[in-house]
Amino acid sequence: MLDALTAALSAAALALAAWCGFAAYRDQPTKDWHFIGMAVVTVLALAQLVVGVVRLAQGARADEGTAIFVAYLIGALCAIPAAGFMSLVERSRWGSATVAAGAIVLAVLEVRLYDIWKG
Amino acid sequence: MTGTAPGDDTGNGGSGTTTAGAKGPTGGGNRLVKGPGILLVWLYGVMSVGAVSRSVYQIATEFHRAPLAYSLSAVAAVVYAFITYTLVRGGETARRAALACCAAELAGVLAVGTWTLLDPGAFPDATVWSKYGYGYVFIPVLLPVTGILWLRRSRRPSAEDARPAAV
Repeated sequence: MLDALTAALSAAALALAAWCGFAAYRDQPTKDWHFIGMAVVTVLALAQLVVGVVRLAQGARADEGTAIFVAYLIGALCAIPAAGFMSLVERSRWGSATVAAGAIVLAVLEVRLYDIWKG
Repeated sequence: MTGTAPGDDTGNGGSGTTTAGAKGPTGGGNRLVKGPGILLVWLYGVMSVGAVSRSVYQIATEFHRAPLAYSLSAVAAVVYAFITYTLVRGGETARRAALACCAAELAGVLAVGTWTLLDPGAFPDATVWSKYGYGYVFIPVLLPVTGILWLRRSRRPSAEDARPAAV
């Protein structure tokens, strides 16, 4: 379950990065559809956080330690909303580029999360 | 729940005014968080959060294992946090401070990066700046360069502001 979510989030984050990167390339700010995409990715990240905490509560152990695992889960949840708010402030192509950068950061976090859980 | 928050704001922000310019004279001082600056602030913010949490965790739990590496990570974290703060704050003083810190950061990345290559034995564990930021996709070495370029470019408007000198 957790691994499936991690894989899905990585794919979704890369897709969001490509989409917003394309908007930046075309000199466009983020639009409503982009924010719906960000919301979908954020909901996935929230689900991952909940599932991860539940698994920990059930007695499963993250390979590199509980504190690091939870910190990365929280970081993964915050990445896209933070970038999204910054793109609301900056209504230009650079707002889109920020969201694309945020999505790439999220994808990197997911790779690390996979390592932290499995070891 | 949290996921819907950014979506809700689109109703106002997306269809509303497209205040992309913001070139009007915004009070005193030049805004550094505009255009490419927002991307820079985002990356510095990410590096701050990453470096601060990493060094706090490592110093709290396993400082004895690699004191030098973890101390250097903590220094890097402070530098990142300070640059993020000055960029958000804006203004000429903040711009100069950020410029100095970017230069210090670049020097730090180059020095620590070279050090880790020449004397790996001194570093049982990696720092943020090990091997020129290899573990962070070389962002640590690219960021100060783009930062310096951006901060030098941002100087122009304030130079015009200073022209009258009648106030």
